[in-house]
Amino acid sequence: MNLRMTGYIIGLLLAFEGAFMAVPTLTAAIYREPQLFLFALTALLCLLAGFLITRFKPQNKTLFARDGFFIVALSWIVLSVVGALPFWISGCIPRFVDALFESVSGFTTTGASILHTLEGMPKCMLMWRSFTHWVGGMGVLVFIMALLPVAGGQNMYLMKAESPGPSVSKLVPRVKKTAMLLYVIYFVMTVAELVLLLIGGMPLFDAINIAVATAGTGGFSCNPAGMPYSPFCINVITVFMFLFGVNFSCYYLMLHRRFKESFTAELKVYLGIIAFAIITITLNVRHLPMFRGTGEALMHSSFTIGSLLSSTGFATVDFNQWPEYSRTLLVMLMFVGACAGSTGGGIKVSRIIILFKNMHNELRIMTHPRQVKTLKMDGHPVDQEIIRSVNVYLACFFLIYAVNMLVLSFDQLDLTTNFTATVATLNNIGPGLNMVGPTSNFDVYSTASKCMLIFNMLAGRLELFPIVLLFSPATWKK
Amino acid sequence: MNIIIVGCGKVGRVLAEQLNEADNNITVVDINGARVAEVTDHYDVMGVIGNGATHAVLQEAGIGKADLLIAVTGSDERNLLCCLIAKKAGVKCQTIARVRSPQYNAEAPYLKEELGLAMVINPELAAAEEIARVLRFPSAIKIDTFVKGKIELLKFKLPEDSPLCGMTVREIGASLHCDLLVCTIERGDEAYIASGDFRFEAKDIISIIAEPKTAYVFFRKIHYKAKPVKDVLIAGGGDITHYLCELLDKSGIAVTVIEKDAERSVMLADSLKTVNVISADAIDQDVLMQEHIEKVEAFVSLTNLDEENILLSLFAKSVSDGKIVTKINRIDFDSVIEHLDLDTVVYPKNLTSDHIVRYVRAMTKTIGTGLETLYQVIKGKVEAAEFIVTDESALTAAPLMQLRLKDGVLVAAVFREGRVLIPRGSDQLQIGDSVVVVTNHLGLRDMHDLLQ
Repeated sequence: MNLRMTGYIIGLLLAFEGAFMAVPTLTAAIYREPQLFLFALTALLCLLAGFLITRFKPQNKTLFARDGFFIVALSWIVLSVVGALPFWISGCIPRFVDALFESVSGFTTTGASILHTLEGMPKCMLMWRSFTHWVGGMGVLVFIMALLPVAGGQNMYLMKAESPGPSVSKLVPRVKKTAMLLYVIYFVMTVAELVLLLIGGMPLFDAINIAVATAGTGGFSCNPAGMPYSPFCINVITVFMFLFGVNFSCYYLMLHRRFKESFTAELKVYLGIIAFAIITITLNVRHLPMFRGTGEALMHSSFTIGSLLSSTGFATVDFNQWPEYSRTLLVMLMFVGACAGSTGGGIKVSRIIILFKNMHNELRIMTHPRQVKTLKMDGHPVDQEIIRSVNVYLACFFLIYAVNMLVLSFDQLDLTTNFTATVATLNNIGPGLNMVGPTSNFDVYSTASKCMLIFNMLAGRLELFPIVLLFSPATWKK
Repeated sequence: MNIIIVGCGKVGRVLAEQLNEADNNITVVDINGARVAEVTDHYDVMGVIGNGATHAVLQEAGIGKADLLIAVTGSDERNLLCCLIAKKAGVKCQTIARVRSPQYNAEAPYLKEELGLAMVINPELAAAEEIARVLRFPSAIKIDTFVKGKIELLKFKLPEDSPLCGMTVREIGASLHCDLLVCTIERGDEAYIASGDFRFEAKDIISIIAEPKTAYVFFRKIHYKAKPVKDVLIAGGGDITHYLCELLDKSGIAVTVIEKDAERSVMLADSLKTVNVISADAIDQDVLMQEHIEKVEAFVSLTNLDEENILLSLFAKSVSDGKIVTKINRIDFDSVIEHLDLDTVVYPKNLTSDHIVRYVRAMTKTIGTGLETLYQVIKGKVEAAEFIVTDESALTAAPLMQLRLKDGVLVAAVFREGRVLIPRGSDQLQIGDSVVVVTNHLGLRDMHDLLQ
């Protein structure tokens, strides 16, 4: 384990987090809120600590796969703990576990909250909550790599560990340029959404919050009244939730006019799932008294599907009251999640495709034992190693799931609540059903359960392995 | 510059490492996914899995925007095909192919012309040339040449009883009256650019730059053997041996080759009339003794197995005090091999990458000077480069002592109007000069990089 290099990267991370805190500091200054001093001080302390730590440049910059996982897992824990400090110190969230839950939920782009109401919450705190989504969405180490040379060639290990998807590849030969391109696409799309929301008449503060929260597929809301926006704004958010759930390399290929290549199998399946879900759920819910006609039902069901499939977690209506078919399908969408290489969470469409194709192959081989079958995606054979890692991912996923259900069961809540709370945090979605539905919050859980859910969110955002390996004894053996 | 490297073998990997400078974007292509992953995990390059000789794969690797394609797969034919397709598919793509077989090598100029190749690199031939050079001058461990052989950079080791031990760099010039320049000194794992006060110790490895005839005189004065070897015993009859025999034959050196494979022995004996070919396993000590390994002036081990080559050379070292040359294919353990004290060691893979790196650096157009030749004097630490001064610039404006050169830069030799000049501080560079520079600032493209 290259500990000096780990320290160096954590130092960089602290400095960047300090810089990110300029956003809520500025918000506090504009709205003349008393938390201005607190944010400014935390930001300065982060910058100072980062500056001091990075003075010690490591001689040996070599990283191995193990270091990659370790550094990423540790970075995200440090990031979340430091990010929780403003909530806690300001007294806005009096208990540290709650503050940490909120911070982790923000950075991991989950959007699950323990707050009962946003009434009385300072604007700078709301802005910090939303902004953590934007930072966490594309990944903070990716952001650092876009600006600084971190570890030479081996920082691909960091990128692989932080970016979602079964196989992470570069857009261009350089890690730095790749990271930069990803962030440019990300930034431009965020600004596009912001502009459209402003055109739709949304107040500036809300528009910024919603835009950054959608971009990271987070889902913290910023308005105590929920989402009291015009249908135009709602539809804009819906479209952007779907867009941020698409693999960013598709956009890169489209920008280079390689349209045929950009239409990957994953994108097609993603669009297919969206179409199927929108049609059947709209038909299922259009007679409900909460909607005035099929048009409104279509708008709200699209929004909800976009929100849950892309793992954003906004809610315009209480989908907890929808018929059982819709509720069930929504939970299934929560499992699927967005595309690999997007800012969304979940198992990812590409993993589902690989799993099904592999299952199909294996079933064929059972009946024709000598048959040779290869698994292809977009015309390329999928490496056996990737299939293996997808299988292990699924096994890990369900193991964590089982532990979760057992831990949560001590809180005496119903099975649906626990089941959906687990998927909502493990897949970084936000709301679940029943007691953790869109109109409720996660404060129903005990401290122990909240810790479990915090673990879920971190594990889910980093695609299980880094966090699981951090707790595995084999990682620590010399 | 956008560079595509087809083939992720040892050479491909070294190229990915050495060409990975600030503004080169590298994509590597190999049909074997694991080998691609090995390169992309270590260096900041992109990997594409697939057959590099197909249009679709090259498209995926971005041939449309590539400036250079280097084909270094295991097969000559595939390398040539790669370059051919790249030439057709790429808008402005230059191509370099590795071609090793002697049959194609004879047609290299034709291939270069007809297929529009920028460069045909033959590592076996390059290795043979390097071996031939040290056999002509056996006291040197390694000889690099500049300005078409007019200037030589020679590396040699100081034995315990050398008259140079205890002398400083400055005293050499004064006491021996030779117009040469000491460039670098290696002591253990340390490498130094020579300064006037540096004092030599036994076992130092020293490199000097001089005209060939000055070097000859110098070695005579310090009691080194400066004459070419008279006879050579070669173990292994591969392509390098083939090229080497042709070269040695021209210099009139008697050659004996020991080759295990009977068919190959016949082929060698057929094509190399003056060479003694013994069909036997060189690893057999009796065979070696029969060929008088203890008496020949030089022993060269060129079998396909590194381990065998090392053992053979160690054996030769124990029974004779002639010149010993060892060929090593794997470059990963070069630091260990250095400690074995094997006299001259030749790495064909490094030679290949050195040639290509030089070509790539020279491709980036610079104003004022043009890069002609480039060698790694000490791997990863010191480079020697030859530039031609083409235009007026800051470099030609003042005498050398007034130029603000960086530390660790040595203007080692100047070739002007057919004469070699070891420059002093009062000399001034002129247009048309070929200048040899030795420096520990790696990645030189232009002489102006040397200025502060």
